[in-house]
Amino acid sequence: MSGLDEASQAQSAPVAPILPTTHSLPEQPLVIIEPRRSWLSVNLRELWAYRELLYFLTWRDVKVRYKQAAFGAAWAILQPLFLMLIFTLFYGRLAGIDTGAVPYPLFAYSGLVLWTFFASAVTNSSNSLVGNANLISKVYFPRMIVPAAAVCACVVDFVLAFLLLVVLMFYYGVAPTESLLMLPVLVVLTTLFALGVGTWLSALNVKYRDIRFALPFIVQLWLFVSSVIVPSTVVPEKWRWLLAFNPMSSFVEGFRAALFGDAFDRRALVVASVIMLAVLLYSALVFRRMERDFADLI
Amino acid sequence: MKPIINVRDLRKRYRLGAREASYKTLRETLAGVLRAPLRRANGGAPSARMLWALDGVSFEVAPGEVVGVIGRNGAGKSTLLKILTRITEPTEGRVELYGRVGSLLEVGTGFHPELSGRENIYLNGAILGMQRAEIEGKFDEIVSFAELEKFLDTPVKRYSSGMYMRLAFAVAAHLEPEILLVDEVLAVGDAAFQKKCLMKMGGIAQEGRTVLFVSHNFEAVKSLCTRCLLLDRGRIVMDGEPEAAIEASLARLREETSATTFKLQPIRNAPDVPQPVSVEVAAAGKLAGEMITFEDEIVVTLSLDAPVGEHHTFAFQVMTSTGLTVFNSFFRDHPENPPLRPGESRRVSVRVPRMFLPGGVYEAVFAYMLPNAELFWLTRETWFELHEIKSYRNEGLNVKRTGLVSIILPWGVD
Repeated sequence: MSGLDEASQAQSAPVAPILPTTHSLPEQPLVIIEPRRSWLSVNLRELWAYRELLYFLTWRDVKVRYKQAAFGAAWAILQPLFLMLIFTLFYGRLAGIDTGAVPYPLFAYSGLVLWTFFASAVTNSSNSLVGNANLISKVYFPRMIVPAAAVCACVVDFVLAFLLLVVLMFYYGVAPTESLLMLPVLVVLTTLFALGVGTWLSALNVKYRDIRFALPFIVQLWLFVSSVIVPSTVVPEKWRWLLAFNPMSSFVEGFRAALFGDAFDRRALVVASVIMLAVLLYSALVFRRMERDFADLI
Repeated sequence: MKPIINVRDLRKRYRLGAREASYKTLRETLAGVLRAPLRRANGGAPSARMLWALDGVSFEVAPGEVVGVIGRNGAGKSTLLKILTRITEPTEGRVELYGRVGSLLEVGTGFHPELSGRENIYLNGAILGMQRAEIEGKFDEIVSFAELEKFLDTPVKRYSSGMYMRLAFAVAAHLEPEILLVDEVLAVGDAAFQKKCLMKMGGIAQEGRTVLFVSHNFEAVKSLCTRCLLLDRGRIVMDGEPEAAIEASLARLREETSATTFKLQPIRNAPDVPQPVSVEVAAAGKLAGEMITFEDEIVVTLSLDAPVGEHHTFAFQVMTSTGLTVFNSFFRDHPENPPLRPGESRRVSVRVPRMFLPGGVYEAVFAYMLPNAELFWLTRETWFELHEIKSYRNEGLNVKRTGLVSIILPWGVD
């Protein structure tokens, strides 16, 4: 049998006559397909129905990410670790930045763990729709699952990097206080913020591929204003209020406060959370509006 | 009886050009915004750049019906299926579906090459909307249907394309929806597997489920369907018996055979594979578009957008309008064929001898492939008509030749 023949010629097979159906139809249609008039709706019930797909896509991303990498998942730790070593050399030793009671390496690594999580979640989710073009153009499911799965997959890396943070805290003899209870809250806030930014950028990326080129640059700049490398106290009093408009700065500082038992800047955290929620809502709406053209554009 | 699919006045509009230039840069959008008022002031006709891929389609399907959807390239078949599967939204109109929809549009999508067969079954099942318990319940059945027991833990990137498609189809075929949408996936796998797939489809229909079957394979439509819709330019021009719809479709094909178009059927993605640009059918020594007769040698030419790759080769095939293969021809068949020059050759042509094909409508198919018959793509739907006209040779002979080929034989007379 030749390959050509196999590929293009279907054989006809005898088919038995069709039997009458036995099951009855539902009264209401299961699915109504119409042009969407209002885009102000985020269909939460549908998202919930597809939660298993979220799980499987996350699982796929995690499983595939470090395939054929010699160091495997160790990269999740190596990335923030190397950055910490470089920053320690330049900022800790040479510039002599004052980080209070916390040694600089611990200061930098704690910030970098949260930051690396945020940065990779935003980057991966921004590229997720374009990277899954074949899914988008062939199967229906709530598209929001795709950037959400990319963010969820980064949580695994975060947990790995966090393990080294625990080791470092032991090493430097920093004991946690009851502030540690706030830690999960800050991780959730950061995750939601990454979800908001990532979802928005992923939709824009479908239409404007500029995002792919601009994003690494933006993420790099963003790092410098997020209180990761130097504490916000280094910024002159006069300008410090500007940092409040960058939720990541507040989340990173809050994350450290939870770890090291410092006082929380409550006002900054409230402002950051409000901004985060606004971004999340806005990006969900933009996404829903742009979603209908994805299959035709991608 | 109450319909299970109810389609009312469905329309879908595409902006011409928007699909080809699939994405824009910010700069272009900004430039477009600035230019837009000027264009309007100049009285440009924006409606001229719109294409109604579907232009008012209404029909109902009763439970248990197996409906074929046929029509030429661009008639709106794929758009209809894309709307029914909710991949794209209609511009106007309404569809009501009274059952779970599964489609075989998506065979193999979502497969990840790095994951094993087992892992891909779960992933693909979830993408197609199965619950995990459902996949687990059908797992063994899927595996034995795909005949891949031994390779379950091998990453699918090591599968042959046949194994890959078998696995993909097996998952999709076990979805058990009330409404099944099929878009000519039967063109995959070897003949034995195709037969199995058709049996499966027949089985699905027998269980009282509804099937919408988009195909170019008239034989398959005839044998599977109880009813057939013929689409042309976004409208339903015929709704009735498969035989009648196929006849009407052939009549239309004969009217407007344009032998320079084709539809790309990708089989396997690989980097640096040149893509087809045009397929032309012409009588030797005549212009393209002139009538081709029984006595003409036929030249079929394929042009590529880039030179052929190392170790790649071609095959050619002629099929009847009912989907039967008349013959295959392989580039490497003939020892005297000029060699392909990788990195250089962009065009191949093949000659079909005169008086070989009886009069009728045929499809010319090119395949781009590896010598081991692994296909990259096919060009489909290049239709041409061959006219049997009386000539000096067979003057006075007024017959219509039957059979797949004709052959001029020497006769002896005693």
